[in-house]
Amino acid sequence: MLRYFLLRLGSLIATLVVASLVIFFVLEVVPGDPASYMLGINASEETLQALRQELGLNLSPPLRYLSWISGLVTGDFGTSYTYRTPVAGMISDRLWISLPLAIYALLISIVIAFPAGVFSAARRGSGFDTGIMGATQLGIAIPNFWFAMMLVFFFAIKLHWFSAGGFPGWDQGVLNGLKSLTLPAIALALPQASILARVLRSSLLDVLNEDYLRTARAKGLTRKQAIIRHALRNAMIPVLTIIGLQFSFLLAGAIIIENVFFLPGLGRLVFQSIAQRDLIVVESVLMLLVFAVVMVTFAVDVMYAWVDPRMRGRRK
Amino acid sequence: MLKSFRLILFSLLMLSGVTAFAAKSGITIGMQLEPPNLDPTGGAAAAIDEVVYANIFEGLTRFASDGSIQPALAKGWSVENEGKKYVFQLQENVQFHDGTAFTADDVKFSIERAQAEESTNAQKGLFENIAGVEVLDDSTVVVNLTNPDGNLPFNLAWGDAIIVAVESIENAKTAPVGTGPFVFNNWVQGDRINLKRNENYWGEPAKLESVTFKFISEPTAAFAAMMAGDVDAFPVYPAPENLPQLEADPRFSVVLGSTEGETILSINNKSEKLSDRKVRKAIAHAIDRSALIEGAMFGYGTPIGTHFAPHHPAYVDLTANSNYDPELSKSLLKEAGVGNLELSLKLPPPAYARRGGEIIASQLRSVGIETKIENLEWAQWLEQVFKGKDFDLTIVSHTEPMDIGIYVKPDYYFQYENAELQGVMETLKSESDDEKRTELLQQAQNIIANDYVNGFLFQLAKTGVANSKIQGLWENAPTQANDLTAVFWAE
Amino acid sequence: MTKPSNTTGFKKLLPGLILVALFFLAAVLSYLWTPYEVDSIDIKNRMALPNMQHWFGTDHFGRDIFSMLMVGARTSIAVAFIAVGIGVIVGVPLGLCAAAWQGRWLDELIMRSNDLIFAFPALLIAIMITAVFGPGAVNAIIAIGIFNIPVFARLTRSGAMALWAREYILAARVAGKNTVQISVEHILPNILNLLIVQATIQFSLGILAEAALSYVGLGAQPPVPSWGRMLADSQTLISIAPHLALFPGLVIVLTVLGLNLLGDGLRDWMDPQLRRQRS
Repeated sequence: MLRYFLLRLGSLIATLVVASLVIFFVLEVVPGDPASYMLGINASEETLQALRQELGLNLSPPLRYLSWISGLVTGDFGTSYTYRTPVAGMISDRLWISLPLAIYALLISIVIAFPAGVFSAARRGSGFDTGIMGATQLGIAIPNFWFAMMLVFFFAIKLHWFSAGGFPGWDQGVLNGLKSLTLPAIALALPQASILARVLRSSLLDVLNEDYLRTARAKGLTRKQAIIRHALRNAMIPVLTIIGLQFSFLLAGAIIIENVFFLPGLGRLVFQSIAQRDLIVVESVLMLLVFAVVMVTFAVDVMYAWVDPRMRGRRK
Repeated sequence: MLKSFRLILFSLLMLSGVTAFAAKSGITIGMQLEPPNLDPTGGAAAAIDEVVYANIFEGLTRFASDGSIQPALAKGWSVENEGKKYVFQLQENVQFHDGTAFTADDVKFSIERAQAEESTNAQKGLFENIAGVEVLDDSTVVVNLTNPDGNLPFNLAWGDAIIVAVESIENAKTAPVGTGPFVFNNWVQGDRINLKRNENYWGEPAKLESVTFKFISEPTAAFAAMMAGDVDAFPVYPAPENLPQLEADPRFSVVLGSTEGETILSINNKSEKLSDRKVRKAIAHAIDRSALIEGAMFGYGTPIGTHFAPHHPAYVDLTANSNYDPELSKSLLKEAGVGNLELSLKLPPPAYARRGGEIIASQLRSVGIETKIENLEWAQWLEQVFKGKDFDLTIVSHTEPMDIGIYVKPDYYFQYENAELQGVMETLKSESDDEKRTELLQQAQNIIANDYVNGFLFQLAKTGVANSKIQGLWENAPTQANDLTAVFWAE
Repeated sequence: MTKPSNTTGFKKLLPGLILVALFFLAAVLSYLWTPYEVDSIDIKNRMALPNMQHWFGTDHFGRDIFSMLMVGARTSIAVAFIAVGIGVIVGVPLGLCAAAWQGRWLDELIMRSNDLIFAFPALLIAIMITAVFGPGAVNAIIAIGIFNIPVFARLTRSGAMALWAREYILAARVAGKNTVQISVEHILPNILNLLIVQATIQFSLGILAEAALSYVGLGAQPPVPSWGRMLADSQTLISIAPHLALFPGLVIVLTVLGLNLLGDGLRDWMDPQLRRQRS
C-alpha cells in the first residue's frame, strides 16, 4: 500500500511539474504585451519600457519561470500586472464565489439526481424510468449557457425574482449572496444532475445483478428494500468518483456561466486576465485548477486502492 | 429549536435588508469597465478617470460639463513672455485627504514626475512642451514653455495631469489620495469601488455622503440592475437597444449627450491597396451611415464627415463629401483598376465595432469589396493593429478630446502623411487668436475629409440612464469622467 | 425476459437517426439553397417575429434566422467532425500501441500524457489556445480535438487489452504475425463498434463545445453564421426579442439530443449482450 501510495504521489508531482512547464511556456508565446495594454494607445516607447522594467517583464523566461514556481511553492503568487495587487489575494477573493457556487451547484445536482436515479433503478422499465431517462437525455443536451440565458429571461427579466447577474458581496447578507448564486447554480447543476442520475441508475443496476443481492431478494426483500439496504452503499464508489470529478469541473467549468451572470469568480478572472494579458494571474489560476483536478484524482485513486487492494496493481 | 431557527432566519433577513432601508444620501453609479488601478497618471484606461477625475483628484484646471476649461486648484493664471510663461495662482488652505497640505511644491512634483524618463504617464505628450516648473512661493507656480502654447490650460485639465502628493503617490494605484470632494474608501476588485464625502473639502462640499461605482460589463445585467434599482445611474449605458424601454419607464430618465468619441473606419494608408485615394474614396461612399447608426447603435449617434466633434464650435459638416453612393464607389473602384479587393477588417471588443463591422462588411460587399473580419481582444488589437500596423481596416472610437493632431503623426497606426496638413497644424500651435484658430482647424478638417484618410462614421453618443430623481449629472462627456460634486437626490 | 430481435433494436435507433439526418440534411441543403442570403443585412426589417416570409423571424440585422441556422449547421458539423477525426487518428494508434506494449515505457508515457491533458480544465485550455493563436474555426477544431485524443486513446487501450488476452490473438502470434499486424488486422476490427459509439458521443460533445467557444467569441468569425455566436449576439436583446435566443438554442439541443440517442441506440444495437443486461 505504501509503495503504491508513494508511486502515485511521485507521478502526481511529475504531472504538476510538467503542467506548470506547459502552462508557463504556452503563455510565453501569447502575443500581446501587458504593458501596452495598460498604457493604451497613446503611450510612448520609453513609457512602455519603464513599465516593463517595473513589472519584471525584462527578465529572461527561464528566470521568470523559476521565480514564479518558487513563489507558488512558498504561497507567494506574485503581483497582478493590471491590478497591482497580490495575485494570492485576488484568487482567494474569487474563490469565495467560485467555491460556494460549485458546492451549491453540486448540492442541487445531488438533490435532483439521487431520487431520480434511485427510483428509476427501482422501477426499471416503468413509465417513470423512461420519463426520467428521457429528461436526463435532454439535460445533457442543453448547453448550460443557453439554459442560463433562458433562466435570466424568465426569472430575472420577466418575473423579477432574481437579479440578472452580478454579486452583491457576502457582506450584504448571506441570503442576498445565495440568492444571486441561485440561477447560476441551477444552470450549472442541470447537466451535472442528468449525468449523475444516469451513473447512479446504471451502477445500481449493476450491483442489483450481483449474487448477494439476488440472494437478498430471494430471502423476500422487495426491490426497493434491496436497493436501500444493500445496493446503494455498494453503488456509491462510481458515484463518488463522478461527484469528485464534477466538483473540480464545476470549479473550473463555471467560466461561461460566470460570464453570463457576471459573477466575479475564478473562471471570469482567467477570462479577463487573458484579455488584459495579465499572464501572471492566468498562470497561477490555471495551476491552481490543475492542482485541484490532480488532487481529486489522486484522492479517488488512493481511496480505491485502500478499499480494493486488487486496484493497486492496475489502472482504470 | 424552532425558536433559534427563527432567530437565525430573522437575523439573515435583517442582514440582507440593510441596504434597502438606507436613506438616499448615497448613489450607485454603474460602469461598464472596471479600472485596472486608480492612478490616472500611470495608465490610459478611461475607467480610471471615470472614477477619480474631479471626485478624488483635481488638476490645476478642469473640464466643465460643456467642455470649457475652468480653474480648479489654480485660482487663476496669467500668460507672459509671448505665451511662453504661465504664472498660476493656487488655491490656499487646501489639504490632501491624508491631511498634508497642498502647495506649489506638489505642482512641481506632479509635473516633473509626469515628464520623467521612468514615468508611465500615458499622455506624456501633454508635458512635452514644458521646459521647467518654478516655485515662487507656496501658492504661486511658474510653468515655462519651450514654444508658445495657448493650449496649456487645456492640457493641464486632463486626468493625466492631476496633482498628486509626494507623500502618498506610492500607493495611488490601490489607495489614491487627492484633494477632491470625495475620499477613497474601499475597492472590492471585480465588483465595486466606494468613495466617501471629503468633510474638509476646500471648495463647495459634495451633496452626497457616499458614492459607489459598480462594474457591470454585461448589457443584460446592466438592464436588469437598472430595473431592479441596484444601480441609480449608468452615465454611459452599454446597450442602446434597451434605451427606448427605459425611456418609457417614468422611474428613469434617459440623458443623451455628446462625447469626444469620433468613431471611424480606420484605413491603413500605407497598405498597398489602400494608398490610392480613389480606393479610399470608394470605401467612404460605400458606407451608409444612417443604416450603420441604426443597426449598430440603434439610432444613437451623429454622423460625421471628418475627424472632429460636431458640438465643437469649429466643426464643419462634411458628411456630404462622403455621402452614401454605391454606384460612385463601383465606378471609382473600376477607375482605380482594382478588381477583387479583399481587405482585413480587425475589430476590437466594443459593440460599435463588432456590430458596425458586420454592417460595414455587408455594405462593402455590395460594391464588390470583400472583407475578412477578425474579432480581437484589446490586447491583440493594440499589438496587431495599433503597434504592428498589420491591418487594412479597423473600427475604433477616438475618445480623446481635440485629437485631430493624430493626423500629423506619420507613424500613427493609420499612417497618414500630408505636408500641407502638417503646415496647418504647426501654425495652429502658436496661434492664440480664436478666430484664426477656428479657421485653421476648419482647414485641417477639410484636408483630411478630402483625402478620405479614414471612413468617418459617427460621433459616439453619450447615452446615460439615471433615476429621474437624480440631479446634477454631466450631460456631455468632454472627458471621460463622472463628476459627482454637484449631484443630489431631488425630493 | 424475451430476447429482443434486431428490428426492435433498430427501432430504438430511429428517433436519434431522424434528428441527426435532419441536421445533416439542413447542412447539405444550405450549400444549394437557403430561403435567404445569410449575409444580406436589412436593418429596417430587423428583429421581426416568426412569420410566413421568415419562419423563425429575423435577427438584429434583419437576417433570416432560419437560413442562418442552416448554414450554422455546416460550421458545427465541420468543427465537431474534424475534432473527432483528430481524436480518432491520433488517439486510436496511441491506444493500440499502449495496449500492445502494455506496461512498458511507451504505455506509461502515453497514459501519463493522457492524464496530463485530463488534468487541464478543457474549456480554459481551449480559450488559452485561441488566445495564443487567435480566434477562428481552425483553432476551435484544434482546441476541441486535443481533448478528444486521450478519450480515444484510453478507450482503445482498454478495449484492446481485453482482446490481447484472447486465444485467437495467441494463435495469430503463433502464425508469425507481428504486433503491428495483429493490432491492425485483429484488434482494430473488433473494437470498431466501441469506437463508433464513442465517436457519436464525442461528436455531440464537439457540437456543444463549438457552441460554447463561439458563444465566448472564439469560434468561427463573422459573417460565417455559427449557432453559439447567434446566441451571444442575442443575449443583450433578450428582453426585447427573445426569439433570437430561442431558436438557435433549440436547434443545438435537438442536434445534441439526436446524436446522444443515436449513440445509445447504436451501442444497444451493435452489442446485444449489453442490451440484454440493461433493458
